[in-house]
Amino acid sequence: MDQDKLKERITALVPEAEFEENKQFLTAFIPAGKLHTAAQNLKEAEDTAFDYLFCQTGVDMTKYLMVVYHLNSTKHGHSVVLKVKADDRVNPAIDTVCDIWRTAEFLEREIYDLLGIHFNNHPDMRRIFLDENWKGHPLRKDYKDEVNIVEL
Amino acid sequence: MKEVIHTPVKALEEEEYHINMGPQHPSTHGVLRLVVSLQGEIVKSLKPHCGYIHRGIEKMCEKDTYPQIIHLTDRMDYLSAHINNHGVCLLVEDALQIEVPERVKYIRTIIDELTRIQSHQLWWACFGMDLGGLTCFFYGLRDREKILDIFEESCGSRLLHSYYTPGGLMWDIHPNFQKSVKDFIKYFRKKIKDYDRLLSGNIIFMERTKNVGHLSKEDAISYGITGPSGRASGFSCDIRKHHPYGVYDKADFREILFTEGDTYHRYIARMDEMHESMKIIEQLIDNIPAGDFSAKMKAVIKLPAGEYYQRVETARGEMGIYCISDGNKTPYRIKFRSPNFSNLGVLDHLSRGFKIADLVAIGASLDFVIPDIDR
Repeated sequence: MDQDKLKERITALVPEAEFEENKQFLTAFIPAGKLHTAAQNLKEAEDTAFDYLFCQTGVDMTKYLMVVYHLNSTKHGHSVVLKVKADDRVNPAIDTVCDIWRTAEFLEREIYDLLGIHFNNHPDMRRIFLDENWKGHPLRKDYKDEVNIVEL
Repeated sequence: MKEVIHTPVKALEEEEYHINMGPQHPSTHGVLRLVVSLQGEIVKSLKPHCGYIHRGIEKMCEKDTYPQIIHLTDRMDYLSAHINNHGVCLLVEDALQIEVPERVKYIRTIIDELTRIQSHQLWWACFGMDLGGLTCFFYGLRDREKILDIFEESCGSRLLHSYYTPGGLMWDIHPNFQKSVKDFIKYFRKKIKDYDRLLSGNIIFMERTKNVGHLSKEDAISYGITGPSGRASGFSCDIRKHHPYGVYDKADFREILFTEGDTYHRYIARMDEMHESMKIIEQLIDNIPAGDFSAKMKAVIKLPAGEYYQRVETARGEMGIYCISDGNKTPYRIKFRSPNFSNLGVLDHLSRGFKIADLVAIGASLDFVIPDIDR
């Protein structure tokens, strides 16, 4: 499916979706509440068949936190990028997709560890790299660590 | 009397207990801790604990310029150091739309394939050793030295090269490069037959790996298992074929695909890849065009604001670099999608129901490099 058709397909699925200019991939912002159903549909529908989540990551955009999903269909060869905003910086929470793509289980634990985004319904929501007692989430832009990070 | 002897064994079989494998254990190939839940010697479940060498490379990159980032990517998957460097270089070159000289593309592709061979040699050496064949370790490392010598000659270092720079190479290849590579191929074509004689057809080895740790194609895609491990399950994921970079589109080679997906076929997939890599090198080595070893680059590299995604095929699978730039000389956020981190996620699924000795074989067949998991 080419980018225009995918765009129509996602708009039909999530009317609130906003699209972003990107040369490489079609990029769509999806409201957090609709992520799980949209993701499930995009994976299971015959014409989209996004069965491969090749990258999932979180970004601190200062005003909001964002989770980025890079999806690919091994059957059709097309790709799409979904983005979900978490406005609440204190207790950000987004639904998990690890029941749809199993690789997300570890990737979401990494995002939780380094950016502090909680994933609802995740089977094992613990830190993955840092110590259980670690304070703060290092990949946030306002993270301060006077001992380990040297400011020049 | 009979009962007395039997009781402790029975108790051991019925109760589930946990043991720690690692962080210091020869078969975890680094500082990885696996908390294995066992019944008797059957694995019930497994939880990996990572982070023993988490250095926060992604956070460090936010303070570093793009040429500096290349030096950090060496330190993730150190056995695919050149290929990781290649990823960052391609990201910068694509973003700035720099056309690198043909000569650079050829040299990079040849060195990437040499990297793949030396990585698989070390993997083969460790695989044999993990299953109790110490000879493999000596054979593998002996042949790997030859490639490291070639690297030392041209790149100036043996492990963490940082030989590629955005736009080209740090310096030109050594005048001996082509001869050394051709000598090596001639040498290794003979030696790889020993590898097959020693392990591939070995009945003990086959008994321990065939039908052990089966991974279906659907699971491989869902878990994001790429590289030879994914291709052994039939998941066609070779970046060199699907999104060619360098001069892979000019080389004739096969994507190794199997459908069985067990430990033995993950082994065979890597063995076949070494043959394919040698084939690629042979096609390119005599055709390196003359020219510059680097394109003209500005002293300070700034990527235009936007998002970039670049992927390369390392020895272990798909390495992705997701970069958000705000137009400065340092990236706003950079994420490395490392193949080992995704591959680790499937270890629990694969080893359930097998014996703890099989877990060692399965782990070896997935070929973990721990610094790439922890980053």
